[in-house]
Amino acid sequence: MNAIELNELDIFYGDTQITDNISFDIKQGESFALVGESGSGKSTILKAIMGLAPKWNGSIKVNNVARSHGIDYDFAAQCQMVFQDPYGSLHPRKTVDATLSEPLTIHRISDQNERIEQVMQSVGLDLSFRFRYPHQLSGGQRQRVVIARALILEPKILLLDEPTSALDVSVQAEILNLFKKLRKERGLTYLMVTHNLPVVSFLCDRLAVIKAGKLVEVTGVEQLRQGNFKHAYTQELYAASGGVIS
Amino acid sequence: MSEDKLLEVKNLRISFPTTRDRIEVVKGISFDLGREKLGIVGESGSGKSLTGRSILKLIRAPGQVTADKLSFKNIDLLAQNEKQMRNIRGTKISMIMQDPKFSLNPVMTIGAQISESLNAHNKLSKSEVNQRVIDMLNDVKINDPERVVKLYPHEVSGGMGQRIMIAMMLIPQPDLLIADEPTSSLDVSVQAQVLNVIDDLISKKGMGLILISHDLVLTSRYCDRILVMKSGEIVEECKASELANAKHPYTRGLLAAIPSLNETRDELPTLNRLQKEPI
Repeated sequence: MNAIELNELDIFYGDTQITDNISFDIKQGESFALVGESGSGKSTILKAIMGLAPKWNGSIKVNNVARSHGIDYDFAAQCQMVFQDPYGSLHPRKTVDATLSEPLTIHRISDQNERIEQVMQSVGLDLSFRFRYPHQLSGGQRQRVVIARALILEPKILLLDEPTSALDVSVQAEILNLFKKLRKERGLTYLMVTHNLPVVSFLCDRLAVIKAGKLVEVTGVEQLRQGNFKHAYTQELYAASGGVIS
Repeated sequence: MSEDKLLEVKNLRISFPTTRDRIEVVKGISFDLGREKLGIVGESGSGKSLTGRSILKLIRAPGQVTADKLSFKNIDLLAQNEKQMRNIRGTKISMIMQDPKFSLNPVMTIGAQISESLNAHNKLSKSEVNQRVIDMLNDVKINDPERVVKLYPHEVSGGMGQRIMIAMMLIPQPDLLIADEPTSSLDVSVQAQVLNVIDDLISKKGMGLILISHDLVLTSRYCDRILVMKSGEIVEECKASELANAKHPYTRGLLAAIPSLNETRDELPTLNRLQKEPI
């Protein structure tokens, strides 16, 4: 079964067309990467799936249900997003506890205390951080809070928008390991936006390359590891990441 | 050799006061720089940016900088007053900051900003200034510079903004360029372009470069020599080409944590930091 299906998706901001005829399917349990430069429209695709970029034509299906154009209560329990910048995506005047309990309150879930403790443990945050504010945490810890917030409703799909690009390499390694562990434990499906090809090589099964709103190439991670690409643009990206084209 | 020595740093210490004690953030580091490309790498909080800033004396009170020696071309930087430092900043040593979005003035055109640094230090006629600005923009590989000088920072992309910053910093022809994470806000493909531009100009003009970055791989590709910093100390110094043979466990740990393009490890090694608060 497919977790996410995009069919001939054209997304607009006002009158400006951002993506052009994007179609791909992501199987359940798969980890899929969207790769491209800034401005290519890769983050916009995630926003459209989340209902944050409401003007689009074509179809988006999540777990075989067609998505509406807006924010959807039931959908939120199945699919959550992790944003790029942990400094920008946490409310500075809410404690970790308040941040994590908000989705539970919205979805009228009662056993908040246990759930919060459980999710903090599974993302590797010590419980002593529960009543801390974001400014009292390091970048890696903040990103763990953001991941915990995305996981607390126990969604099956996570959309990751450059989740490690604001972090140091050693912290990036911790967070990447965490993503890998969570996927194994919970059978999650990932759709990750990134421009870091080595990260794709570590975490993903397949990748789609996007340039100026158009899908250039969909390929497997094996091809990435061998540097074996059909399209010239993908080869260019590969070379810029330090890869040697065979 | 001593003639070629641009910068000498001996036992540099930077400290900040806390409610209890002064805390040392840079703990007595020493290094020399010739006309070469030196990379300083380390994680956030290792003191690499502060080291860069202290060379330009950009650390304000209550921060405190002490050193046995901090000299640039035999000028003792610690003895210079603010007014004398002004003559050094820009003309002799200049610095590229991390994010073009925050470092360019949003209400000045690009041409005006680039020529500002030229006008502050030299007396040139208007047409000469314009010519130098356009030449400089050509040097940093910006197409159609006549059009770009009239634009405002919000009208250009991140990569272009960063190249404009480079143009601004290089136009007074300094001897030493300090680049503090010049590419970390940019895409990989643009990163390579921007670094190539810096590399070209540095080699052409025979300047010294200090590249401050957290990206070990990138730094080793562009620099001659690398210093690895960890919590205020230099833990390893090596030639960039020999980074792969680094000995210090911290450097090895950092290197191992970077996923490669051909990544088949099931789990990345981490530096075993506890997710607990310090006691």
